[in-house]
Amino acid sequence: MSHLSDIKLKIWRQAGPDQGGRFESYLIPSISDEASFLEMLDVLNEQLINEGREAVVFDHDCREGICGTCSLMIDGQAHGPQRGTATCQLHMRKFQSGAEIVIEPWRASAFPIIKDLMVDRAAFDRIVESGGFITAETGGAPDANLIPIPKPVADASMDAAACIGCGACVAACPNGAANLFTAAKVAHLSLLPQGQPERYKRVEAMVETMDEYFGSCTNHGECEAACPKEISIDVIALMHQDYRKAKFANRKTLSRS
Amino acid sequence: MSTTTIAGLPGSEKLQSKAPNVAVPEMWETFKSDMKLVNPNNKRKFKIIVVGTGLAGASAAATLAELGYQVDAFTFHDSPRRAHSIAAQGGINAAKNYKGDGDSIHRLFYDTIKGGDFRARESNVHRLAEVSVDIIDQMVAQGVPFAREYGGLLDNRSFGGAQVSRTFYARGQTGQQLLIGAYQQMARQIGLGNVRLWNRTELVDTVTVDGRCAGIVTRDLMTGDIVSHAAHAVVLCTGGYGNVFFLSTNAMACNVTAAWRAHRRGAYFANPCYTQIHPTCIPQADDTQSKLTLMSESLRNDGRVWVPKAVGDERAPADIPEDERDYYLERLYPSFGNLAPRDISSRAAKRAVDSGRGVGPLKNGVYLDFSAAIGRLGKDVVEERYGNLFEMYERIAGEDPYSTPMRIYPASHYTMGGLWVDYELMTSIPGLYAAGEANFSDHGANRLGASALMQGLSDGYFVLPYTIGNYLAPLLNKPVPGVDHPEFKAAEAAARQRYQGYLDVKGTRSPDFFHRELGKIIWDYCGMERTEQGLEKALSELPALYEEFQKDLRVTGDGASTNQTLEKAGRVDDFFQLGMLMCRDALERKESCGGHFRAEYQDDEGEAKRDDENFAHVAAWEWTGDPMQSIRNVEPLDFTTVHLATRSYK
Ligand SMILES: Cc1cc2nc3c(=O)[nH]c(=O)nc-3n(C[C@H](O)[C@H](O)[C@H](O)COP(=O)(O)OP(=O)(O)OC[C@H]3O[C@@H](n4cnc5c(N)ncnc54)[C@H](O)[C@@H]3O)c2cc1C
Ligand code: FES
Repeated sequence: MSHLSDIKLKIWRQAGPDQGGRFESYLIPSISDEASFLEMLDVLNEQLINEGREAVVFDHDCREGICGTCSLMIDGQAHGPQRGTATCQLHMRKFQSGAEIVIEPWRASAFPIIKDLMVDRAAFDRIVESGGFITAETGGAPDANLIPIPKPVADASMDAAACIGCGACVAACPNGAANLFTAAKVAHLSLLPQGQPERYKRVEAMVETMDEYFGSCTNHGECEAACPKEISIDVIALMHQDYRKAKFANRKTLSRS
Repeated sequence: MSTTTIAGLPGSEKLQSKAPNVAVPEMWETFKSDMKLVNPNNKRKFKIIVVGTGLAGASAAATLAELGYQVDAFTFHDSPRRAHSIAAQGGINAAKNYKGDGDSIHRLFYDTIKGGDFRARESNVHRLAEVSVDIIDQMVAQGVPFAREYGGLLDNRSFGGAQVSRTFYARGQTGQQLLIGAYQQMARQIGLGNVRLWNRTELVDTVTVDGRCAGIVTRDLMTGDIVSHAAHAVVLCTGGYGNVFFLSTNAMACNVTAAWRAHRRGAYFANPCYTQIHPTCIPQADDTQSKLTLMSESLRNDGRVWVPKAVGDERAPADIPEDERDYYLERLYPSFGNLAPRDISSRAAKRAVDSGRGVGPLKNGVYLDFSAAIGRLGKDVVEERYGNLFEMYERIAGEDPYSTPMRIYPASHYTMGGLWVDYELMTSIPGLYAAGEANFSDHGANRLGASALMQGLSDGYFVLPYTIGNYLAPLLNKPVPGVDHPEFKAAEAAARQRYQGYLDVKGTRSPDFFHRELGKIIWDYCGMERTEQGLEKALSELPALYEEFQKDLRVTGDGASTNQTLEKAGRVDDFFQLGMLMCRDALERKESCGGHFRAEYQDDEGEAKRDDENFAHVAAWEWTGDPMQSIRNVEPLDFTTVHLATRSYK
């Protein structure tokens, strides 16, 4: 174990949703290279409390890269420099003594700032509530092995289902679009046999709710690069395809009624 | 059956399990045929509060709403999808017997009772085993992408301490996939307007009026507003208290506050000293460490645990020849080997490290070695099974487990103790229920791997939705107290005073400082190995440290906007009181059982010695106003179906 010294932090501080914010500078004189990035912020917060100042607010929980709560822009990159890694899994051994690190909250109009580095990502929940589920009320399910699912299909569904809902894709997108998040959910459910009955209704509802809150996708691909679970942008193509089909299918139904 | 009481023991008449008076395997069917029902059209007249939206809470909220009840769901997380349940890696058990390897409801029931070292209620555990099969059906219908075989059927594996393959899994992310499934089901109900979601809202008190739970008081974590919510029934699904140790595998926000505040209002707290230390976590690396990361126990299926035979061996693992390695689990427990249950494996690791044979820079770990598995199965198969866990390890420890053995050490992981509940999952306060890790009911003194997810979903999907109707049916069209009732007002005032109080201390130390100090005491004296002397010492140190907390706490910022330091202060306060109760419970339980190992009670080979004559009971503690003076009530445990036996894994 060795130590890094003189880490200079520039952190966005903002007292509340409707208030102006500014960068403030702090110095971490020494930190173990085994410490995680968030443990470095813990050390800063202890330091601030010792000085009688208010601790920096940031979201975090599992610190294992699975809950999707942590959400920092580190030197302009969502979740920082390490590919496929959420902020909480980033370790100080990836930095050097004397480094200057800029830390900001997710920047996206759909994610208003609550305080300092904490943002409100409730718009993601609204997308799921509009259709990101399979209707299967408790009690009526058939035996789990009744419908075999080919392993490659289950695997592809799982690849998409690995999304942790952190919002890095939105934060990284120049348009603040949520296509990767939404499409990952669409793909997870639409690839499975259980997801077929609601396939088109689901994609339509989710895409339209997404459009209410988020910007439009213009295929920059920044989302895929920022995703801590490395979810492939291919899911977006799948979603677009299904959405077009849904619109077509719905028009047909409409013309009949 | 299990409704015996012991005359002369204070309070035990309150501790009736209320399980039907028939043979254990028939209890649940009997209960379901006899219970009172609420007519579908009347369900919307009842409001149910569900606090916590982990597996237990999300499944309960979704199902209750589907049935037609009005549900208000609360979580302090920003979204229900973040609950600690999401971090479970290994899998979920169910007695499906898809492998035809001899599993059955009886065997899962038996394994759970035995695994819990005969300290759980037979009635509840049998029901758990019965409904386990429905959970898998429900989750597959919900779109959970469980692992499959090439033929398309579900894959299973054997998991920590089980001799059959009954564990279903979704890569190393089973908890995530199950939680997302339950979350989506609840999200549908939110979209339909049947569940009202209160996120970033923390329960700070429960309210009882005329002996019934009337609702809760919450604090809005963004504005500090204290608000009352009235309901016909309240369900706490607020998780476990493993973070009392400060360092644990639990998510940072896990805490005991909801259960504890209910305890302070009269809900008995059962078996607080039953905590589980998980054998396979990444050892602490330095003193900024904020939490410990679990390496799924499934790794023990293919990894071999060892330490050097010689004390102080400084060689790199690859340079230590086979005959100078001690594969101590294989040596001590030949029939279970590396799959020996958690408590046994944890203590064995502690002994190896305490004997001076620990490995790694701080000599605080043991090896978990995959070289034999890679040789036997090939790297591809090992990667397919554990790829994401290996990646996670490398990210944290900076070493590649394909080429050098992992280092692991036990850490606090799960808490079997919790709010006392009866067969219907009702606490000792009528109308207040507890489900999931927050209750004490199913795992006795030790939980088997992959059984917590099963219990959370069993409680939420298949137990509460039935049992709660039994309570509500007679309340139809009877008025319930509203939020303007003086009891709500008094609780609100007390909550405001509590949080203002933390701000007003203006001492010199942060809540985290106290939490670390508290955790050290609990870990040293009420951790993997406990002694009378150690517990007495803890009980003399804790009140002093608690007093210091009350006098020297420093919370910066204010109470009217997000203030994580203030939130933490309230949680640490409750951990202190719980810590004292844990030590008292551990002191009073003069036997070793499961996760509770009292050094005074062991056989010549260092194995736990249970005392069934004096301790085959649940200890349920009653609040008196001072955690050092809580009253110990007992619920005797009857074993009519499984015979009490020494738990041997040799
Ligand atoms: C790293 C790890 C791996 C695990 N792996 C497995 C495994 O493989 N298999 C297995 O069976 N088990 C496993 N477990 C155990 C299992 O994950 C948990 O026991 C289980 O998920 C608990 O679920 P729960 O619903 O009871 O509580 P939680 O998921 O902890 O949810 C608690 C909920 O309560 C809310 N809450 C708490 N207090 C309040 C309050 N005061 N106000 C408002 N809301 C509140 C939280 O916001 C959250 O929504 C693992 C545990 C850990 C730590
Ligand atoms: S804190 Fe959970 S993903 Fe980072």
